[in-house]
This record gives sequence, structure tokens and C-alpha cells, in this order.
Amino acid sequence: MAAKVIYEKSRGLKDNPLTYCPGCSHGTIHKLVAESLVELDVLERTIAVAPVGCSVLAYNYFNCDGIQAAHGRAPAVATGIKRVCPDKIVFAYQGDGDLASIGTAEIIHAAHRGENFTVIFVNNAIYGMTGGQMAPTTLINQKTTTSPYGRFEETTGKPLLVSEMLATIPGAAYIERVSVHDHAHILKAKRAIKKAFEYQVEGKGFCMVEVLAACPIGWNVLPVDSMKFVRDQMMPYYPLGVYKDRANIGGKGGAL
Amino acid sequence: MSKKVLMKGNEVIAEAAIQAGCKAFFGYPITPQNEIPEYMSAHIERRNGIFVQAESEVAAINMCYGAAATGARVMTSSSSPGMALKQEGISYMSGADLPVLMVNVSRCGPGLGGILPAQGDYFMATRGGGNGDYRTPVFAPAYIQECSDLVFHSFDIAEKYRTPVMILLDGMLGQMMEPVEIRPTPPIEADKSWVVDGNTDKRPPNIVNSLSLLGDVLEQQNLIRFEKYAEIERTECMVENTVKDGDEIAVVAYGVPARIVSNAIEELSAEGIRAGLIRPITLWPFPYDVFQNLPASVKHVLVAELSMGQMVEDVKLGVNGKYPVHFYGRCGGMVFDPSEIADKVREIIKGHTPAEPVPRNGKPSDRCTKHTKGGAQ
Amino acid sequence: MAVLTFNEAACKGCRLCVEACPKKILDLDTSRVNAKGYNPVLCSDMNTCTACAICARVCPDSVIKVEKGAAA
Repeated sequence: MAAKVIYEKSRGLKDNPLTYCPGCSHGTIHKLVAESLVELDVLERTIAVAPVGCSVLAYNYFNCDGIQAAHGRAPAVATGIKRVCPDKIVFAYQGDGDLASIGTAEIIHAAHRGENFTVIFVNNAIYGMTGGQMAPTTLINQKTTTSPYGRFEETTGKPLLVSEMLATIPGAAYIERVSVHDHAHILKAKRAIKKAFEYQVEGKGFCMVEVLAACPIGWNVLPVDSMKFVRDQMMPYYPLGVYKDRANIGGKGGAL
Repeated sequence: MSKKVLMKGNEVIAEAAIQAGCKAFFGYPITPQNEIPEYMSAHIERRNGIFVQAESEVAAINMCYGAAATGARVMTSSSSPGMALKQEGISYMSGADLPVLMVNVSRCGPGLGGILPAQGDYFMATRGGGNGDYRTPVFAPAYIQECSDLVFHSFDIAEKYRTPVMILLDGMLGQMMEPVEIRPTPPIEADKSWVVDGNTDKRPPNIVNSLSLLGDVLEQQNLIRFEKYAEIERTECMVENTVKDGDEIAVVAYGVPARIVSNAIEELSAEGIRAGLIRPITLWPFPYDVFQNLPASVKHVLVAELSMGQMVEDVKLGVNGKYPVHFYGRCGGMVFDPSEIADKVREIIKGHTPAEPVPRNGKPSDRCTKHTKGGAQ
Repeated sequence: MAVLTFNEAACKGCRLCVEACPKKILDLDTSRVNAKGYNPVLCSDMNTCTACAICARVCPDSVIKVEKGAAA
């Protein structure tokens, strides 16, 4: 009897080794996206939009067509692609500096227009690639290279709650916040990401999954401890859950 | 049989683009180009195209970036401050070798400036406001018929060389009406093997990007791109040159101001002063060679622009010290009339004007002579 | 029986699989470094492995392949 494969690297990912730091959540999230595309049998008609940030090279990892967008503009680039190729599957993969800071206009208006694509929003509370600067999502009192004494609410405001904000936009069809800090949450995150692609296949409109993610190197902690930081520090401020789900509207309709 | 219709410049550009096979238009309202998105919104979707009013010029150009990457013919239009915002996307599209048509119906500046016509965007168009080494082919129509013809040509140039292309006109041409016949030409057969249109069941995945982290690789990419630019310089330069043997002065102008200069030349010829017009139709590549091959009778070159003097720098590069180069400009939305140009030519011919004009530290009034002159005589 | 196959070259020694394994049979091999310079993961007791694949799912770098059933 041949051995049964329980788990192996998804064919939704290329063979290229990931250039992310040890323990970085990007790799985990990439896997969930890739597995979802394969399971939905849409990989061959998918176009990935990579951001500026740690995941700028995402087009080297996803085993589908890829395009790299200017900082924060991935939702605009995805709009251009999806409008011309409405039968293709398009997703923008963005970090929190990209989406929640420089790209706020683009993400809000993509949701506002109800663009029928999927956004994977990786929130690790920091600018990773540039060396650990403060992001709009950085927690109060969290030390970064541009908040060396901790983030102060008085001068920098409170961390931006993107999922809550986008859920108020009528055009948004599905908004959920998940985490990938442990196995159980990874499974839940997978379901959310897959659903966000299913909704696109069914033409339901704008979907975004916010993924709480660890940046061990940027946070100056060991990978294992970074997962505890997500659980103990981030999740209380960024509650997990479905913020919007218009399962019965648009496209072919029907609850999932 | 003539198919001429009376149409506004902006609407002609939009209609010509649709007939040229423009699949998607992404824009944002700004005066004086609004007729282009308005026309597109009314017509392109009914003819199987896409119209999106973006949230900003930045978003619009990035939508172009995405749509062009699928291999579709795409277009955006804007006016000066909006084109300034698009520079990020233009640099990215140049770095990613994406064909896009951009139309700048320019207005006066700097800053918010005003909505009156001006040519102060010459530097932004020909030098580019985006980062890095790149060039953008720029076409400058002077007639509404030329607007139409250049739309078809620009799409072809964009696809042939995989580059963003700009049509630069001013609000006068965009807003005025002239008889025009829209004359479609069949699109060129362009290589589309590089596109990201989600068909990886038929081919390996493609990547469209401008990121290159290895110095030797990026240098090589830039060198290849500049071979492309050299080819454009060799083969795609366009200029109207009416300078004939016996002309004493060549007057250089582009766009609608070139038509005003033509009237001035007519006025001067009636009194025996012989002048010819050099009208660059491509601003990049600039027709530098023209200035080395003028008739021996030419003694002066005058540049007339609706700016404080931008193209004049290219003319000086072309002239390369062979002739004195004079300048006459109006700005702020003020438009010279033929008599102002004629007066300037008379001054130059009579030797009343210093050959090397306008000291850099001079007051504006030193540069724009007869600054306060009104339109009527 | 379960079989774990490690793509050792891709391992970055982050220990997420080590911590996640319910049977505590994974650890880093501190006697070796891979081409990237990390101590790669290894399984100390394959007989205890249940092929639950938790290690593989928490691995950001898809290092681990999990199989179950009698190998030929």
C-alpha cells in the first residue's frame, strides 16, 4: 500500500524558497492563499498583485501570473486587471504600511466600488521590510525604530482598525479578521481566505481578510514568542471575527 | 466622400481612442479635460469597453498599470496638476515596459494655477517627473484633426515599443471645435507573450514588475530599455518645418501657439520679412537635427511658448551655438497674439534685442517682453 | 506508519513546528547547519508520530511533507 500524503507544499506555490525571516507569518499566509486557489481549482486563472513591503516578491512565490504594484496601489492595480478580465481571479496581497497607511484611498474606494476581487491584508503592526518602523497599526506603547520610546496616542493616535472601518462601506461583501499564531487559528484563517475567494468566484464583490501576523525580527523577539505577542497583545485590541458578510447579495447569490 | 464632423478636441480624442480599440479608460475629473472622461462614460461601455472614474489621478494611473499588464489598450487623461500626481505610475509603467496612452490637456501653473491654457508642462512631459532613468514619447498636436490621427499613432507606438506614451495639448485645443474626420488605422500586431491575463493553463506564469534588486541585472534592463529609446529617437521623430531658403529667422513653436506663429509669419511676409516655422510634433524625441540643417539664409532662431521658456532649452541643444536663440513667452493662461510674435521678430531682425536673451536672474518682465500687452490692437 | 520528509534546505530553524508538535518529537539539530546557516529541524522518534500534520501547517516555509500508511 502506497503512503497517503497528508500534507505537502502546495502546488499553488512555486519551488522558489521564501526570502522571509525565520518564523515570519507571510509564509504561512502564502500557503493558505495557495491552497485555497488550488482547492477552488482557479490557480490557472489567477493574477496575484504584490505590494511594496516584505511581500513585494510575492509574485516569485505564487504559482500564477503576478504583477507588482506601487506602494499602496495594489487595489487600484487589481481594479484595472479585474475590470478588463472579469472572469479571472484577482487578489491583492498587502501589508499594513501598504494598505493602512499609504494606500488608504485605494483600499477604501476599491471596497466602495464593490470591486469583485480579494484582498489579503497582513497586519503585523510594523513596517517590516524597511526595518521595523511604526505603522498605523502599531500598538500603543509598542516600541519600533520610529517610536523608540513606544507609540504615544497623544501624537500618533490609536492603532487603525481597518476591518471595522471597511465593514462600514456598503460595497464591501465580506470582511473578516483572523490570526495565524497557532494551528487552530491557521485552520480558521484558511476557511476565511478560501471563502473570500469563493465569494469572488461567485461575483459577490469586494472581500478582505485581515490576518494578524507575526514579525519576529521586526519586533525583536523569537518566533515562538512572537506568536504569543499576537495572541496576548494584538488579539485583545484587534478582535477576531466576521465584520461583514453579505452572503446573499450580488452575483449568483446564495448563502455559503 | 468626406466624413468630416464638427467636434470638440477633447471629444475627438475620446472617440478616436474608442475607434483605436481602447478597451479601458481610467480617469479623474479635472478641468479642462473633463469632456474626455465624460465622453468615455457615455460611449465606451456601450462599445464593450471599460470606464472607471477613479478616486484620484494616482489610482487612475495605477488602474492603467494593471489593465495594461493584461495586454489591453488602455488610456487615461488629465490636466497638469493631475499629471503631476500620475508621475509615480508613469515611472512604474516605464520600468515595467507597459503600453499606455496618457493625454495631458494642460493648464497653467505652478500649483493649482488656473484652468487657462499654458505650456508649462513641457519639462514634466519630456523629462518626466517620476523617478529613475526613463523617457516618454510625447506627441503635441496643433489641430483637432491631428489630435485624432495622433491617438491612433500613439497607441501603436505604445504597443510597438511597450512604453507609456503621452499626448500633450493645451486647454485651447481641448476645448475648441474644428471639422475633423476620424480615420481609423488598423492596430499594429504587437507581441503579447508577456501579459498577465491569468491563462497559466496554457503557458508558464508571467510577471510584470519594475523591481530588480541586483545592480548588474537592473543596469542591463536599463541598457536594453535605452536601446529601445535610441530606436525611437532614430525612427519616430516628427516635425513640421516650413523654413525655406531666403528665410531670415526660424520661429519654433508647438501646439496651438504654432498656429498663432503661422499667422505672424504671414503678417511679416506682407512687409518683406521672411520667417519660417519649425513645429515639433514629437517633443520627445525632439527634432534636434532640424536646427543643424537650416538654409544658409537663417540668422536667428526664435522660440515662442506659453511658458517661461522650457522647450527653448531643447532648441538650444539642437542649435548648439550655431544661431542666437531668442525667446518670447506668455504664461499664467495669457496667450500671445500674432502681432506680439511679429513685433518680436521685427525687434530681432532690427537687432534691438540682445541675442542671448533673458538673464536667468532677470525679472519676469525681462523674459516676457510686452508682458502687459492686450489682445486687441 | 507516519513518514515525515523535511526539505531541510528551506528550514530556517524558527522552532514553530517544535513548539506545535503535540507529541514533542521534533527539535532542531544543533549538531548541523543547513546552507542557509540554520540548525534544521529533525524528528527524534518517528514511531510516535501520528501524522497529524500540525507541524507542517504551522511551518511558514513548507519544509515538512507528511505521509501516512505503510511504505512499500
